This record gives sequence, C-alpha cells and structure tokens, in this order.
Amino acid sequence: MTTTSASRREITFVVNGQPETVRVYPMERLLDVLRQNLKLTGTKEGCGEGECGACSVFIDGVLALSCLIPVAQAEGATITTIEGVVADPRFRALPEAFLEGGAAQCGICTPGMIMAAVHLLEKNPQPAMNEIREGLAGNLCRCTGYLQIMEAVAESARRSASA
Amino acid sequence: MEAFEYARPASSREAVKMLASGNAEVLAGGSDLLQRMKDSVSTPGRLVSLRDARDLRGIEYSPAKGLRIGAMVTLEELAAQPDAHRHYRAVAQAAEKAASPQIRHVGTVGGNLCQRPRCWYYRNGFGLLAMQDGNSLIPNGENQYHAILGNSGPAYFVSPSNLAPALIAFDAKVRLLSASGSREIPLADLYVTPHSESDSEFSLKPGEIVAEVLVPPSEGSSAFYEVRQKANFDWPLATAAVALRMNGHTVKSARVVMGQVAPVPWRSPEAEQALAGKTIGADVADNAGKAAVEKATPLSRNAYKVTLARVAVKRAVLRAGVMEVA
Repeated sequence: MTTTSASRREITFVVNGQPETVRVYPMERLLDVLRQNLKLTGTKEGCGEGECGACSVFIDGVLALSCLIPVAQAEGATITTIEGVVADPRFRALPEAFLEGGAAQCGICTPGMIMAAVHLLEKNPQPAMNEIREGLAGNLCRCTGYLQIMEAVAESARRSASA
Repeated sequence: MEAFEYARPASSREAVKMLASGNAEVLAGGSDLLQRMKDSVSTPGRLVSLRDARDLRGIEYSPAKGLRIGAMVTLEELAAQPDAHRHYRAVAQAAEKAASPQIRHVGTVGGNLCQRPRCWYYRNGFGLLAMQDGNSLIPNGENQYHAILGNSGPAYFVSPSNLAPALIAFDAKVRLLSASGSREIPLADLYVTPHSESDSEFSLKPGEIVAEVLVPPSEGSSAFYEVRQKANFDWPLATAAVALRMNGHTVKSARVVMGQVAPVPWRSPEAEQALAGKTIGADVADNAGKAAVEKATPLSRNAYKVTLARVAVKRAVLRAGVMEVA
C-alpha cells in the first residue's frame, strides 16, 4: 500500500470506544486529527517536539505522544484520549485529586499529566514518590513546580487504596 | 513539509524493495524522523513504514546463542526484558534511561541506533559538518555539547545513540537487510566518521536497514552510567558502558565504550588496559576514568565534558564491579 502525501485518504481507528473514519493526509500528526477533525480538544499541544508530554494519548494501551505520531501509523489502532479517561469511572479519583490539590494552573499540561498518571497507576497502583517522578518524567509543567501534581497522584493512589 | 509518498509494506522483504530506489527513508517509531521532516532537515520523497513488518519484532534469548533483538522492538520492551537485565545489564539500563516513558513506548531499538545527531548546527540546516567557506563553524562556535574525542575534524557532532555503547561493550553485531540480500557486521562498524558533507555517519549502503541486533552470550557483569543535566528525560552529556569478564575477584578483560563524546561510540582501549588484571575498587575505577580521557582534545567550550566522561567511566566501572547493585 503506497499513498502520496499530496492526497488525502480514509483512515479508520477507534477513539474512546467509538469507531471513527477520517479523510486526512497520511503524515498529519495524530494530535491535529484528534483536535481538528474529531474536535477532541482536551489533548493539548505544548511544544510539538516530544519534549513536554501535553499531547499524550493511549495508542493500543500504550502511552505515546500524539505530536510525534503520523496519523497513518495509527491506522486500525485503539486510541484513548483524556476525554475517554475522564469519562471512565475507574479514573475518577485522579482529576478530583488534581482539582482539590491545586495541581493545575494554566491547564495546558494537565491532560497529559493525567494520562501519564493513569499509565503509572495502572502498572503500579501504589507508587512511591520517586516512582511518580519517573512516571511523570516526560511531562513538563511551567506553573506549579510539580509538587502539587506529584502529591495529587499520590493522593489519588491513597484514595483508590481505601475505596 | 515537502510532498512525499507513504508506504506501509507487510514485511521487511517488501520494505527493502521499496527503499531500493528514489529518495526513500525508513519510518520506525518516527520520533526523530518526523522532527527532521518538520524542520526540513530531511526531505524524503518516499517514507517506508516498518510498522507491519512483524519479522522485525521480538526479543529472544538462549544461553548458547545470546540475545536477538528485532529492530522494531521498542525501548520499553527491551527495558522490560528479564534476560536483558540478567545477562546484559548495561543494555537494559541504557534502554530504561532513554528519553521519557512516552517516547520509550514508540521509539525502537533500530531507530535509537540510527537516529541522527542532535548537533544544533545540523538540526538548524547548517549540515552535519556545519561547513562555511571550507571551515566548520563548530570549533570556534557553540560547541558546548560537541565531541571531545575523535574530533580532529571536520566532524565535531557526537553520536547520539545511548544503546550503541552498551551493545558494543558486548561485541554486538547487526544484521543489515537490503533488496540485494543481508549481511552481518559488528555494530561498532555501523558508525563511521564522515569526512565530507556528502558522507554519512553510518556505513549503511543506500536502501539498507538494520533488521536485528545479535548480542553474543555473556557471563560477565556490566553497567551503564549517564551524566545528564536533569535527573530525568534529558539528552546525556556523557555516558559510559562497561562490561567485565571476571576471574574470581580479578578482571580478566574489560570493554569500556563511551557515548556522547565523539562522532562514533568511543571504545577506550586505554581504560580497558587500566582494568585488566585488577580488582575493582575506587582507585582502579578512578584510574580507568583518567585513562579513558587521556587523549581528549576539548573544543573552546566543552572542557567540562572531559571531567564528566571521566566520572561516567569511573562510576560505570564501580557499578559493574558490584554484581548485586540494583
């Protein structure tokens, strides 16, 4: 199968449980297709260079950067965005802990932080502080200084343990 | 971006056919390539995705044959492989330290070995050697992250792969694949220092790809140490991989390979010599570090890297010398 970037073609994948077909150029960034074609604007663009993690999504269960994924590479994949995560009752404690703990200021990094935290807590439901640091290593925040964010993830883990 | 073709063949054999003609580039995880295309540093006419080439996936280990790593194995898969941790600790440590969780999930072993230098002259369109009027801009320019060894010119960039030094410390080979067949070469020979702007920093022939990495059996102890500005998710300033073959408490033979210090992964026979026949301790490790940078020739702004490389070697030796350190 060969296509040229000068022509659009149909690409199908599942986003937040919903089958979607978009007509796009194969090397458009998955980030742009999610935001512009599917109007899922919860996923943010921070740097657009793979440094900041604001555009993190799950692709086939794997945490990845949608600004570095050509949409053609996501063909046939199952994608979960921040919209899918916050709608999932299993992860309710996390956005709540972020809100209550002042872990969001401007809010651009918050969706990506929550995605990275979900990924971490799925693998390791009771992480130590250094494991939280490592799990969020790919996500930059220019407002909070990170302490509130790490504390929110720890708090969410504590609440899940006592729930 | 310029217009180009996109192809997603179902096997590596089909992929190399598509790479055989035209200005084609191979797309693995895409983390490096997409950046280069956005910045117009790379302008391929055709992209060939290896996503569906199942034969390039998988990690297998056997005590007799060692470790075989498919080029499309992700850094995360390698970092999580128990046999890699048990028998090739330096390799597993390099994989688990690379970039961020998000990038490790997508970035591949082949892509890590074949990523292009991070040199900011190169990334900003000055070319790999940053030549202007017959001279490189780098020796008297912004060279704080550039080479301290193997830098007699005209190449001053540093080889960016953090897996390569660790794999070379185990004498890994790579199997290369092209439309005309396959060949095996030592991984160390994949890297060459370019002498002109038209040279590549890889010995790959046009249309040739890395298909798999083959690491021979190892019974020794090893470690990888990175010096970075930030604790997490940062390009290292200097790295060292050390693999030891022991005879009781004495080093029978050692491999010491440094990263981020030269245009190629830099093996240090001087440091290896300083370790042979010794018992690992603070003095011996210190001497190995000193020997490793004995011949360093820093540029105008990167003398600090000599110290960092020395310390990286010293600490990698100490880690490798203690078998049970986590």
